[in-house]
Amino acid sequence: MTPRYAMAIAGAAAMIALPFVHRDAYHLHILVLILIWSFAYTSWSIMGRFGLVSLGHGGFMGVGAYVTALLWNHLEVSPWIGIPASMAAAGVLALVVGYPCFRFRITGHYFVLVTLALSGIVLQVITATRDYTGGSLGYTPNRATGSRWLALQFDDKTTWYFIALSVWLVGLLVWRRIDRSMGRYAMEAISEDEDAAAAAGVNVTAEKLKITLISALMTAFAGALYCQYQMFISPDTVSGISVSLQMVFAAIVGGLYVSLGPTVGAVITILSAEGLRIGFGANAVGWDNLVYGVLLVLFIIFLPKGILGSVVEKVKARRMPSLKS
Amino acid sequence: MQAFLDIFDIYLLEAVINGILLGGLLALLALGLNLIFGVIDVTWICYAELVMIGMYGMYYLIQVYHLPYWAAAPLVILLVALLGAALHYLVIAPLLTAPPINQLLATGGVLFVLQSFATVAFGIDFRNVGIRLPVLAFGEMHFSYARLLSFAASLVGMIGVYLFMTRTFTGTAIRAISQDRQIMPLMGVDARRLYIITSALGGALAGLAACLLVLQYDVHPFVGLSFGPITFLICVLGGLGNFIGGFIAAFVFAEIISLGGLFSDLEWGYVLAFAFFIIMMFIRPAGLLARRR
Repeated sequence: MTPRYAMAIAGAAAMIALPFVHRDAYHLHILVLILIWSFAYTSWSIMGRFGLVSLGHGGFMGVGAYVTALLWNHLEVSPWIGIPASMAAAGVLALVVGYPCFRFRITGHYFVLVTLALSGIVLQVITATRDYTGGSLGYTPNRATGSRWLALQFDDKTTWYFIALSVWLVGLLVWRRIDRSMGRYAMEAISEDEDAAAAAGVNVTAEKLKITLISALMTAFAGALYCQYQMFISPDTVSGISVSLQMVFAAIVGGLYVSLGPTVGAVITILSAEGLRIGFGANAVGWDNLVYGVLLVLFIIFLPKGILGSVVEKVKARRMPSLKS
Repeated sequence: MQAFLDIFDIYLLEAVINGILLGGLLALLALGLNLIFGVIDVTWICYAELVMIGMYGMYYLIQVYHLPYWAAAPLVILLVALLGAALHYLVIAPLLTAPPINQLLATGGVLFVLQSFATVAFGIDFRNVGIRLPVLAFGEMHFSYARLLSFAASLVGMIGVYLFMTRTFTGTAIRAISQDRQIMPLMGVDARRLYIITSALGGALAGLAACLLVLQYDVHPFVGLSFGPITFLICVLGGLGNFIGGFIAAFVFAEIISLGGLFSDLEWGYVLAFAFFIIMMFIRPAGLLARRR
C-alpha cells in the first residue's frame, strides 16, 4: 500500500466519521453544499481540462433540476425515475448541441459562445413556461406524502451528507478513470491539434462527444441532487450564465488538471461566499460577488493553473529537480 | 427583461418595422463586440455589463445631477470609452499571450465584478431616467420616438465607425493590425496604442448603446443579462469579427424575436431565435457569410 493510498483511505474514513463526531446542522449544511457543488465542478472540469470550455453547464444543471422536479410535481414520478430521465434529457441536449459543434470544428471562442447560448436558451425556456415552472420566482418540489425514500426527500442533514459524500467520491472516481484512459490521450491530442489527432487515427467528433456526454450527465445529476436537497430551485441558482461562469471559475481557482482541484475550488468559493455573507451581514448583497470576481480575474492573470495545481507542481518540481526546466 | 418584452404589438407590419428598429440597436451592440474581437481577438463577455454601467451613468447624470439628455450622453460615451480602455489595460493586456480561453474567462470575471459593483453601489432597484418620449401614430401603427431615435442614432454611430475605419490613418492601421498581428509591429506601428484605441472605441459604442437603451428600458444591475447573450449569438451567427455579417444577423434576429413575439409570448420569440441559432450552427457553422468548405 503506497502512502498515497493510505492517505486517501484515512481521508475517506475521517469524512465518514465526521457527522458522528460533529453534529452542527449549519456546518453539515455547508459541507453538503460544498460536496454537491464539488461534484458539479468536477463534472465541468472533466470537459474543461481538455480545452472544451463550456458555458452551457448551467443549462445542463437546470435541465437536471427542473425535469426531476416537474416530473415529481406534475406526474408524480419518483426522483428515482425522474433523475435518470432528467439526465437523459440533458444528455440529448448535449448531443444536439455538441454534434454540430464538433462535426464542424467549432472550437475556442465559438464553442464558448455557442454553449453560452445553450444556457441562455434553458434559462429562457424555464422563464417562458412559467405556468409550469414558476418562472423566475422559483419552484418547490411537493412534500412527499408517502415514503421518503421513494421521494428522495430527507430532513436529516446526516443522510444528505452521506449521499453527497458518495456522489462526490463517484465523481472523483470518474475523473480518475478518465485520467487513466486512452480517451484522455486522445482528448489531449485533440486539444493540441485537431487535424494532427485526426491524422493519427483519433475519431475527433466521437471522442469529444463522449467526454461532453459524460460531463453533461454528471452535471444534470448534480442539478437534480441540489434540487432534492434544497427543495427549492430558481432559474438563477441552477441555470443560466452566472451558474456556468461560477462552475468555470471554481474549477479554475482550484486547479483544472488535478482531480481534487474543483473540490478545492468549491471549498474556497463557498466558504468565502459564506464568510463574506456573515462578515458583511445584511449589507453583503453584492460584496461577496465583487470580491469573488476580483479574485477570479487575479487568478486567471497570475495563477492560471489554480491553487492546488500550482502547489502540486511546486512539490513535484522539488521532488524531481531534473524536471525543472 | 419585462420591459424588453413589452416592445411588440399585435399587427404584423408593425412587428416587422419594430423588428427593423430593434435590429438597429442590436447591430450597434454587435458592432462594438465584433470590433474588439476582429482587432484584438478577444471576446468581452462583460460587454453588456459595460452598457449597464453606461445606463447607470445616464440615470445619475439626468436624475441626480439634472443634466439635460444631450449633455449627459457625450459624458457617458466618454465614461464607458474610458472604462473599455481601462478594461483592456488592466485585464486583457497582461493576458495577451495567454490562451484565448483565459482572456475570455477573465472578462467573465469582470462581468461578476461589474454586476456586483452595480449591486453594491446602486442597489437592486429598477431605475429609469424619467424621460418619456411621445408615440408616433402612423395609420393604425404606433412607433415610439425612443425606438426611432435609437435606430437613427445606431445608424449614425455605425456609419461613423465605418468612416473612421476607412478614412483615417488610425482606422487604417487598426484594420491592418487585424489582418496581421505579427507584421504590423515590424512596420513601426505601436500595437499597444492601437489596442487601447480600439478598446476605447468599443467602449464608446457600448456607451452609445447605453444612452439609447436607457430611453426604452429601466436599468438594474442584471439588465445586461437580458441583451448580452443575444448580442453574442448575433456575433457568432454573423461570424465573429465579421462586421457585415453581424449587421445582417442583427436584423435577422430582431425580426425573429419581433415576429415570434407576435404569435405568442415574447420569451418564445427569444426561444425561437435561440433555436434558429442552433439550426444555423448545423447549416453554416462559421457564420452567415462564410463560404462553405
